[in-house]
Amino acid sequence: MKIEVKDAPGQLVDALQPISEVGGNIMAVIHEWDPTLRPKTRIVQVVLEITGDRLDDLIRILKARGVSILGIGEERLLMKRSVIMIGHIMHTDLSNTVGSIDQTGFAEVVEMHVTMPGINQRSSALLTISATNEENMECAMEILRSVAREKDLLLVETMEEAA
Amino acid sequence: MRIAVLGMGAVGRGVVEVIAEKGLGFTVTGLADSKTGLIEPEGIDLAAALAQKKKTGRCGDRAISAMEIVERGEYDVLVEVTPTNIDTGEPGLTAIKTALSMGKHVVTSNKGPLALKYRELMDLAEEQGVQLRYEATVCGAIPIIQTLQHGLAGNTVKAVYGIMNGTCNYILTRMADEGLTYEQALDEAREMGYAEADPTFDVKGIDTALKLVILANTIWKNGATLADVDCTGIDLLTVEALALAERKNSTIRLIGEVVPEKGLLRVSPRILPKKHPLVVRDNLNAVTVVTDLAGAVTEVGKGAGSVETASAVIGDLLFIKHCHVEGH
Repeated sequence: MKIEVKDAPGQLVDALQPISEVGGNIMAVIHEWDPTLRPKTRIVQVVLEITGDRLDDLIRILKARGVSILGIGEERLLMKRSVIMIGHIMHTDLSNTVGSIDQTGFAEVVEMHVTMPGINQRSSALLTISATNEENMECAMEILRSVAREKDLLLVETMEEAA
Repeated sequence: MRIAVLGMGAVGRGVVEVIAEKGLGFTVTGLADSKTGLIEPEGIDLAAALAQKKKTGRCGDRAISAMEIVERGEYDVLVEVTPTNIDTGEPGLTAIKTALSMGKHVVTSNKGPLALKYRELMDLAEEQGVQLRYEATVCGAIPIIQTLQHGLAGNTVKAVYGIMNGTCNYILTRMADEGLTYEQALDEAREMGYAEADPTFDVKGIDTALKLVILANTIWKNGATLADVDCTGIDLLTVEALALAERKNSTIRLIGEVVPEKGLLRVSPRILPKKHPLVVRDNLNAVTVVTDLAGAVTEVGKGAGSVETASAVIGDLLFIKHCHVEGH
């Protein structure tokens, strides 16, 4: 994210504070000095980790504080959740199962481990799914639930921490 | 306070033993197992009854039935601790209804009648101005019902979830720790006396589902029944699945959850981080209540066992003694 802040004491801190307040994680702050800029302003590039829904909050707060956002970099998939599927995973077309998530555009399977104890025995697979935000993750889970029902697989989901 | 005890299984014996030892101001005037009974308005010799039960398998006289005690006995509180029947709730259901109709308080550990007829029974108790208490039906020794009704009074409950079946928890702990298969862990649980010869009731999640129904009715009085619970057991879990969970520093537990906002009553095996407060070991139970004021409150303890479950029954009895029989 590139932002423009006034070149005055405390301005940078003011612009960065909301990031942690909304649950974002600041990974790097690059302070650019560009002589062609309007006087009394600085451009700061902030690299941060934040979920999609919270990014919207952050933008709103920064705007309210008078910080100009010059650009926001590529949106990445940041929410991850793992599930375990048990059953005849290979015989029921594993790539189709994975594809059902990948083709959504907002979620994808980013990690997979499969254990197959024997030819006719049920396999177990750990799938880690990444999604852009909570809502999309829930959509992806709903797709997986319906695929599991259809293919007669047992889907073991995670238990989220208490609010 | 005079009490009559129906049922001399693990829970009934536990209750009688505790009263024989600690007194607690109770006089047992009626006592029955499935075939025999005793009525003694002045108080039964509990040590003798326990000895006879141990020696002959029967505690009393074949001419006296449990229902006779309910109808003719002289007691203030009926302690109904017969085995759970999930189809009819009997014989407990009739005994409870009869006692309530006669204006007697009832304390029970029997899930069947409550899961089937919660509203009807509560309405009857209210009509008669008596208490129907059932702490022992959910999570054994953990005072979860008291917590919901009294400790967290005034809170709006947003969710309740937890591990409510010690048999499943033992099996899952052993599969994760020792790499046992489901069948091996189940056999071991049987040897340890944690699982019944027919484990269906526990491993298919039915026992947990009944507890959810009772919790849901306790909190929201919504008339939920077993048919409303989306129920998946642990019997299809593989040891490989537990090993895969381990890769994420997690494990698998059978979780029962009630979330009113989503209209959710669900029993399902779930992946939990090992550091999650609900990840308890062996045959322990753990339950978390999430409310608007208190946030999350978690209680952990023994979910079964003779004296442990008797503890919940005794707590209910003393509550009635203090609040409804002696104190005004």
